[in-house]
Amino acid sequence: MSGVWTGDQTGEASLRINGDVGDRVGDFLRYGRRIAVSSVLVAILSGCSLRVLDPAGPVGMAQRTILLNALAIMLCIVVPTMLATLAFVWWFRPGNARAERRPDWSFSGRIEIVTWSVPLMTIAFLGGIAWIGSHELDPANPLPGEKKTLEIQVVSLDWKWLFLYPEQKVASLNQLVLPVGTPVHFRLTSASVWNAFFVPQLGSMIYAMNGMATQLNLRADREGSFLGLSAHLSGDGFAEMHFETRAVSEAAFAEWLKGAQASKQAIDTAAYETLSHQTLDNPARTFRLADDDLFAKIVGQAIPPGPGPATGQPDPSVKPTSTISKQGT
Amino acid sequence: MLGKLSLAAIPLDQPIPLAAGALVGVVLLCILGWIVLAGHLPYVWREWITSVDHKRIGIMYVIFALVMLLRGFTDAMMMRSQQALAFDAPGYLPPEHYNQIFSAHGTIMIFFVAMPFMIGLMNFVLPLQLGVRDVAFPTLNSVSFWLTCTGALLVNMSLVIGEFQRTGWLPYPPLSEITYSPGVGVDYWLWALSISGVGTLMTGVNFVTTILKMRAPGMSYLRMPMFCWTALATNLLIVAAFPILTAVSAMLILDRYLGFQFFTDTAGGNSMLFMSLIWAWGHPEVYILILPAFGIFSEVVSTFSGKPLFGYRSMVLATMAICMLAFMVWLHHFFTMGAGADVNGVFGIMSMVIAVPTGVKIFNWLFTMYGGSVRMSAAMLWSIGFMLTFVIGGMTGVLLAIPPVDFVMHNSTFLVAHFHNVIIGGVLFGAFAGYTYWFPKAFGFRLHEGWGKAAFWCWQIGFWLAFGPLYVTGLDGMTRRLQHYDVAEWRPWLLVALLGAITILAGIACQVVQLVVSIRHRDALRDMTGDPWDGRSLEWSTASPPPTFNFAVLPDVHGEEPYWSVKERARGQHTLPAAPHYEAIEVPHNSPTGFVCAFFATLIGFAMIWHIWWMAITGLVGAYATFVVFAWRDRTEDEIPAARVAEIDAANRRARNEALREMEYAS
Repeated sequence: MSGVWTGDQTGEASLRINGDVGDRVGDFLRYGRRIAVSSVLVAILSGCSLRVLDPAGPVGMAQRTILLNALAIMLCIVVPTMLATLAFVWWFRPGNARAERRPDWSFSGRIEIVTWSVPLMTIAFLGGIAWIGSHELDPANPLPGEKKTLEIQVVSLDWKWLFLYPEQKVASLNQLVLPVGTPVHFRLTSASVWNAFFVPQLGSMIYAMNGMATQLNLRADREGSFLGLSAHLSGDGFAEMHFETRAVSEAAFAEWLKGAQASKQAIDTAAYETLSHQTLDNPARTFRLADDDLFAKIVGQAIPPGPGPATGQPDPSVKPTSTISKQGT
Repeated sequence: MLGKLSLAAIPLDQPIPLAAGALVGVVLLCILGWIVLAGHLPYVWREWITSVDHKRIGIMYVIFALVMLLRGFTDAMMMRSQQALAFDAPGYLPPEHYNQIFSAHGTIMIFFVAMPFMIGLMNFVLPLQLGVRDVAFPTLNSVSFWLTCTGALLVNMSLVIGEFQRTGWLPYPPLSEITYSPGVGVDYWLWALSISGVGTLMTGVNFVTTILKMRAPGMSYLRMPMFCWTALATNLLIVAAFPILTAVSAMLILDRYLGFQFFTDTAGGNSMLFMSLIWAWGHPEVYILILPAFGIFSEVVSTFSGKPLFGYRSMVLATMAICMLAFMVWLHHFFTMGAGADVNGVFGIMSMVIAVPTGVKIFNWLFTMYGGSVRMSAAMLWSIGFMLTFVIGGMTGVLLAIPPVDFVMHNSTFLVAHFHNVIIGGVLFGAFAGYTYWFPKAFGFRLHEGWGKAAFWCWQIGFWLAFGPLYVTGLDGMTRRLQHYDVAEWRPWLLVALLGAITILAGIACQVVQLVVSIRHRDALRDMTGDPWDGRSLEWSTASPPPTFNFAVLPDVHGEEPYWSVKERARGQHTLPAAPHYEAIEVPHNSPTGFVCAFFATLIGFAMIWHIWWMAITGLVGAYATFVVFAWRDRTEDEIPAARVAEIDAANRRARNEALREMEYAS
């Protein structure tokens, strides 16, 4: 986990890492939370390197901040409530002669006010975080950065991911390569059924759906290889819907582009239609992008949706044990 | 002749479903054989299958839910063991089978365990707590129960005839459309849920009518026990939400059978419409399940603390607030589909707002214990376990309600852990608390406490072992429904989760033993008075098990805790009130309508799944004929003469008098 988040640091430091996205969230939080609790929590959690808590970009960072702060705020109420439950059960056990029994006591206006206002105020506060957070971290918001935004088009297929780089005229299957520090604007669609594009260490996920295009903005701030996967069940080959995300230096990215542009395989409408059949075990590979409008054609359904299982169509058969072909290189 | 059905539908190549199916078949045949050979068939037919007594129907619902729990849990064990094995390996369940298993697990646990358990308890308890003799429409009640059985039967048939759906517990298009799911799996879900959904809707209508129109004299709304309030809220939600489920199922049926394009993403259809509609039903459904559990905890905590419920009116307000808010949050199930920030923000906040009335409830249970004498019976243990577990589930729920957090948590195992946290820790613990609490009322003897407590500890520890790790893997980016994976960091956590599932299995074993032991030692556990826990509401004022007519004379209600005040008076005056004047009582006449209706509904469902049109028409005609025969029946009620009523009541009064004397002798 990044060194900024250590137990002895004050809340000021932890807020600063929100960077450009979470500033307003941070300001909002500054006034209301108990910094100590949050720092202890972070110390505990930074012991392990769970992907969502170990982000490599500003979106994930801001999300982690919100997650941990909201958790800390709620624990301030939840832990005492749990302790009080145990304490009451223990103290008011039948054998305890010192406990004062009030068998008819069933109302107290003052306690009622507290029981309503404590959750109400907590939720009002968290509601503020939710409102500001969902605006600041709207997936469609462009990310700031000195470098020009990179456009990547994402298509989920049965069962593989296709990444198109329209400006560079390359395409990549089951591997997403990004230059570090460059904001990336994704547009996403699906060749057939729903999937959700998700790189836990970069932040937000978003659905990919046929006939529609969604948007997402992410940025990788450190080099590395990150797990990418689908977060929505897409059929029998769903477990294969993962891809490697490589955040590389500017130079390495240029190198990779050059290699891809020199690729013997090109992708156009015909090649894409072949690709849209259900297959498993697709190793990462690159293509030249031979059709500038490929993504638009997929979204606009100029290319029909993927055919689904081959057996039994169009008549619904009894058992469509899908004829998934294992496609090697 | 048989539509799409042929021998090929039986999965001869898959030993697991075949063996499971054979086992279920053998057990069913044994039970049926025993009933017939031992000559119990007339009794079972007369007293149970055709019974329209709300108590009998309630008991059958609960038995049904417990049996289905075994089926759903078997699926859970298979999923946990598959994920424990399938690190960098295919495991033992191929994806087409694994996907059916998690789909069946969710469907069965929600529709055929949680729902019937709660509806069963409401059935049994509501009229007793309201001080009336039955629900508003007794025969309709029986129809509802048997239609639920039809749904479960269809889902279980899919084990050996064809397949179940592989799309998750909700059939999201386009995956569930005919192009991507050409098999019969989705059809099984659609017909099973359409048919049992009609049953549930009728239950909702029945209970709302019962609560609004059939309370004992003097029982105004603000004198109803808390469980009746939560039941009212739940059934209002059922009446409002279940038609949406029926409509959305019908639309998907039209898509799949007649080439409509509601959800196809082509020809003007849109799959997101399904997501929106199904959760417009699905989120209220969550509160349909949890609200009765809140009611049960209110009853149990109050009884075992020996105090009235703290802040009763506040609790009523909180319940009705949840009832309203339940319909305003469904969009949080798809924050990640790219709706705008305003929409996400509004629904995020609305979702969190539900935590306010829920928090109020937790605090009120807490203060109900304050100043009481807290008896740690098994039922109370489930309630305390709930309070400690549910607050964590609520907290992770509020986390997920924050849109930017949901962007990294949606469909992760963190989400899976969250909803199991509230459904096991809330709904199921509530169901078990209610089962333990009202069991003596239903059968006249208590459940064995020791085994009940053992079951609780296994469930509680097993729950945390099974779902704590899923919170962690969710934070590590693991998404749900993975048939295999090659991320080494997830493996140890999934092994712990399997251990948790095994611990829960031990809990279920304890419950089975508890039931057997309790039945064998029923004489030692017998309760003669009808009031084993020193209860406070009207169901404890009658005998256990209650007579067919519930109350010899309808109670006259003067306060929030009518039975408690009567009891206090009896204790003060050292005697029961004088025997009342008895009159003859009319009880509804038994009717096979429900069972026959469900038989024809099963025919319709099965025929539609397999495109056997003549059979579907037969089923429809049969169901209509049943309705006509029922509508023109000439005998609707049986009369129990006053002398018989007096005789039955005298036995209970004797037992209560003895108990009163013993108590005075002891003090």
